[in-house]
Amino acid sequence: MYQTTYHRAASLEEAAKLLAQADDGKFLAGGQTLIPTMKQRLAAPSDLIDLRHIPELKGITINGSDMRIGAGTTHAEVAAHAGLAALCPAICRLAAHIGDPHVRHMGTIGGSIANNDPAADYPAAVLALGATVETSKRTIAADDFFTGLFGTALEEDEIVTAVSFSAPEKAGYAKFPNPASRYALVGVFVARRPEGVRVAVSGAGEDGAFRASALEDALARSFDPAALDGISLPSTGLMSDIHASAEYRAHLIAVMAKRAVKAAIG
Amino acid sequence: MAEISMKVNGRAVTAEVEDRTLLVHFLREHQGLTGTHVGCDTSQCGACVVHVDGKAVKSCTMLAAQASGAQVLTIEGLADGGELHPVQAAFREHHGLQCGFCTPGMIMAAVDMIRRHPGGLDEKTVRAELEGNLCRCTGYHNIVKAVLAAAEAMAGQKAKAA
Repeated sequence: MYQTTYHRAASLEEAAKLLAQADDGKFLAGGQTLIPTMKQRLAAPSDLIDLRHIPELKGITINGSDMRIGAGTTHAEVAAHAGLAALCPAICRLAAHIGDPHVRHMGTIGGSIANNDPAADYPAAVLALGATVETSKRTIAADDFFTGLFGTALEEDEIVTAVSFSAPEKAGYAKFPNPASRYALVGVFVARRPEGVRVAVSGAGEDGAFRASALEDALARSFDPAALDGISLPSTGLMSDIHASAEYRAHLIAVMAKRAVKAAIG
Repeated sequence: MAEISMKVNGRAVTAEVEDRTLLVHFLREHQGLTGTHVGCDTSQCGACVVHVDGKAVKSCTMLAAQASGAQVLTIEGLADGGELHPVQAAFREHHGLQCGFCTPGMIMAAVDMIRRHPGGLDEKTVRAELEGNLCRCTGYHNIVKAVLAAAEAMAGQKAKAA
């Protein structure tokens, strides 16, 4: 790891100020991607601004059927939260299968979506749930938040403060983890609401997580795994790498979508 | 340089380290606590697992500065004087190791796992929970046996105390 300077921010204002003063600073949440990336010298921020001690980023609030997850909430906290489990168990199950137990004690939902790794789990959930991303400056609809591979609508000094969404009628998530890294080779999150069905795919898209409208249309007609029988998705825009070809990923999307619907209707 | 202070195995320590110092290197090189191992150095293997504020984390994926102000528990702080922790005792009893390199991380992960499952553990759960800890010798069978035995022993101790 190259040299860096560590700062601990006590508030959002202080974090933004520290970043502005830094030459090439970066916000640090749980660090489960950033620290390994720095160790490999793929990232070399001059300054790290630690967000883990900012009170505004902590906590999960449930208000009726509305849920708000503070950006600093760890995957372990989401996985074990009884209030979330009662309203949207799929988000808890998703969080419970990110990385491993030790990673889940550090990694946060805010860090995950701000990084927008194409193989991360949370972006699919945020998209499919039609969540709102709250930041230190504004609120951003999920459909406008993710803008491509590792890309988001966030400005340089903008910090994700929370993710909020209301309870779907039904929701489910299924992923095919890479056998070695356990990252999603393909992960599919489905959510049904009175106004429609949303399906989002992680792990497969060349531009990161995306919504699969063909699957949404089929499931809007009938929210049942059988509604996806015989469906075949184009491989255009999907990643091809040593782990899987675009064609294989296209096939997996339909398979995982069926499993996600099966989980949703339980 | 970063001024850091934390409690390591109950002892208050203060030091000045490079900001980029990883917690595992601080523990091993500055504190001489070489029980915590660096296996893969890429956040995969779990040989470096320690507890920070009571939770298992990979100390190769955390800066020492991030842990400043925290309570850190390493394998050296687990035994109660001369008496092994029940998880350590179970690993010895059930031969839950061969070369022993992964053992400190396995034991710290197991202690955390047992804490998070007060209702008890079954084999499937233990195997799933060991996701973040690699062992290249044992094939895991005896590790799983040791964790299950330790969980049972600790539940028994708790029942006796209550």
